[in-house]
Amino acid sequence: MSAWTPNPKELAKTPSLLTPGHRLCPGCAASVIGRLVLYACPGPILIAHATGCFEVATTIFPYTCWRTSWIHNAFENAAATVSGMVEAWKVLQKRGAVPSERVYFLVFGGDGGTYDIGIQALSGAFERGHDFLYVLYDNEAYMNTGIQRSGGTPKGAWTTTTPAGRVIPGKPQWKKPIADIAVAHRIPYVATASPAYWMDLMRKARKGFEVEGPAFIHAISPCPRGWRYPPEKTIEVARLAVDTCFFPLWEYENGEWRLTDRSLAIAKNPDLKKPVIEYLKIQGRFRHLLKPENKHIVDAMQQTVDAIWEDLLKRCGLA
Amino acid sequence: MSELKGWKEIPIAGIPFKPGTEYKTGSWRTFKPVLDDSKCVRCLLCFVYCPEGCITWNETENRVVIDYDFCKGCGICAAECPRQAIEMVLEAA
Amino acid sequence: MTAITKKVEQKLLGLNGDEAVARAIKQCNVDFVAAFPITPQTIIVERFSEYVANGEVDTAFVCVESEHSALSACVGAAAVGARAFTATASQGLALMHEIVYIASSLRLPIVMAIVNRALSGPINIHCDHHDSMAERDACWIQFYCEDAQEAYDTTIQAFRIAEHPDILLPVMYMMDAFLISHTMQNVWVLPDEVVKEFVGYRKIPEVEIPFYGKVPFAMRPNVPLTLGPLDLFDYYYEHKMQQQAAMERAPDIIKKVHDEYAEISGRRYGDGMIVPYKVEDADIVLMCIGSTAGTARVAADLARQEGVKVGVLRIRSYRPFPAHQVRELLKGVKVVGVLDRCGPYGAIGGPLYVETCATLYHAKERPLLVDFIYGLGGRDMSVQDLRGIIAELVDVMRTESPEPTLRFRGVRE
Repeated sequence: MSAWTPNPKELAKTPSLLTPGHRLCPGCAASVIGRLVLYACPGPILIAHATGCFEVATTIFPYTCWRTSWIHNAFENAAATVSGMVEAWKVLQKRGAVPSERVYFLVFGGDGGTYDIGIQALSGAFERGHDFLYVLYDNEAYMNTGIQRSGGTPKGAWTTTTPAGRVIPGKPQWKKPIADIAVAHRIPYVATASPAYWMDLMRKARKGFEVEGPAFIHAISPCPRGWRYPPEKTIEVARLAVDTCFFPLWEYENGEWRLTDRSLAIAKNPDLKKPVIEYLKIQGRFRHLLKPENKHIVDAMQQTVDAIWEDLLKRCGLA
Repeated sequence: MSELKGWKEIPIAGIPFKPGTEYKTGSWRTFKPVLDDSKCVRCLLCFVYCPEGCITWNETENRVVIDYDFCKGCGICAAECPRQAIEMVLEAA
Repeated sequence: MTAITKKVEQKLLGLNGDEAVARAIKQCNVDFVAAFPITPQTIIVERFSEYVANGEVDTAFVCVESEHSALSACVGAAAVGARAFTATASQGLALMHEIVYIASSLRLPIVMAIVNRALSGPINIHCDHHDSMAERDACWIQFYCEDAQEAYDTTIQAFRIAEHPDILLPVMYMMDAFLISHTMQNVWVLPDEVVKEFVGYRKIPEVEIPFYGKVPFAMRPNVPLTLGPLDLFDYYYEHKMQQQAAMERAPDIIKKVHDEYAEISGRRYGDGMIVPYKVEDADIVLMCIGSTAGTARVAADLARQEGVKVGVLRIRSYRPFPAHQVRELLKGVKVVGVLDRCGPYGAIGGPLYVETCATLYHAKERPLLVDFIYGLGGRDMSVQDLRGIIAELVDVMRTESPEPTLRFRGVRE
């Protein structure tokens, strides 16, 4: 783990590049993640943003909440857009049109823009090896359009396109392993993060900025509206996601896997691992799973979480 | 929106011409976070977890400041404060 | 092309249209090229890759995973201030469609070569104009070239036009699949230094952000330049009006750049927007775009040998459309045969016909207009076919009846 220990009192001295006045819902985790990532950046920064809540809510014309240059192109092409920015910047530096100091290129994308419609552009950009950090804020559905299922929606979850019906109780499929897909590209740095474990998130973001080449951070981004819980519980939900191993914290660096922060603690002391039901029961989107007839779904979810966790322990040499 | 501008008066390419801070989201609030400074241990977790960026640190006065112009009253600060130094109080009508 | 006295020594090379474009791009101080291969555009990116691999250019060359990403990457590159180029055809352009509109709305002076190829389905790799016609309302300046020489010349002019501070709109320029892209032709090539001086490096104009100040219109760290915000009913229309105003300023700039280029190259394409051939005294005019103009000139000359006064009017700049010139040039013409290499599908005719009808509606004297759809999916259009068309137009002139106004040429019953 990096020696860097962010100090909130120091951070709070500088205003964030993301200003107040944005129109995200109260309690939205996306801006918590965004602010922490921006504070972790070691130098000047340019941002590309995929279409989504975070993009829309921060740039409602004629207002902008961004203090550095920022571009939104379309939904599926943030990684392609940043590819052009990064490579063009090098040429502009070479011919003296812009200063030679290192500029950090950051992408924010939601689950729709990353798992689904944007995965082609993302995979292409990873393969080509451009130097950028892609931060996926995963609120596990198309929240901007009103809570439709995405490839990032977990099994069992209610969404407006996977309603908890009499025959099909929520989304039948498991989440796509997006961070594993990033790792499969053998890019220099991949990590998962939760805003609850903010220091872990910031250290990972710092590493993601610092490595040369593509870096990917998959941050769980609880959504009070879409996950059906009161806004003050955002960090609690983000914490339980990790504490139940529903969303373990790990990083992949230079070909090595490592558990971090709370997930490492759980690996060392399995008694800390909470049952998945703890995570499910505080979210309205899983409420139907608490019915006795749906217990088998919760059991299946626990089994999958356990299997993925065991697999992760093996990858990290902790099994 | 009486001050809407014409097409010759605004920057090209859809470049926004007002800072986000001119839009005050504080009016969204139903419950207001009130900080009891005597309980506050200055850990600044409230700053870390605030989605708005409306909690700041006044170093000279050694205290945490909440900017009610922007606070939407989500209550995360109160929920996460390790000393329960923040109370959510219903806004006066 | 009209030859005038050349100011500089040029080399005559055997190049096909794709190679001519690649050659021009090499000379244009292009900072960024994103490319994805598609027949019949592929040679452009292949040749350009050779320049990159041999260190003959300083361009960042990114082989992306789709055309959608090619134009998206150009948007990113142009947004940070780079001169950006890409090229595509057919399905590639269709895939880009979404970003075509975004590029012009962000006022990014990207230049894109299009090799006109039929759209699927069924899949076909040969020439027609469906692909670029589908983008005609995207607020890009659109040129249709007649041959490889013009493709070379237009490439060089395109950057000056797109990047002009009064314009700041992207430019796409077209050449017919295989007929231009793959057909070897003698092409006059300017010396590198002459082109480099003509185009310079991309200059970044300033833009005023009221709460911050004047900044370069390019992304820079710590400058609050936001591109691509959510723009609703209160301002979207105003931004579209700005695009329209830029398009209205384009004819003057197109003609000016064309004149300046003619000074150094000795080559002219009419006034830069429209290219008339023997139209002054013509009774019948064939109106067309692209490579068919050459065939039409031959057919017109043959008709003139038989005493029928035929002229040819080629539209070079489809957007902006040279409506004023069309009205002026067609004064006194009795019959116009419009040649559309694009289907009408429910409209009164192909896009060039519809455009021409609308253009002439307010003219005092209007010629009779007939639309000939031809050449879909690369179906050949021969001198003989055009002579047949002229014969029909002679009949129209004699009977003073254009019916039917929509005629399909070269299709089997």
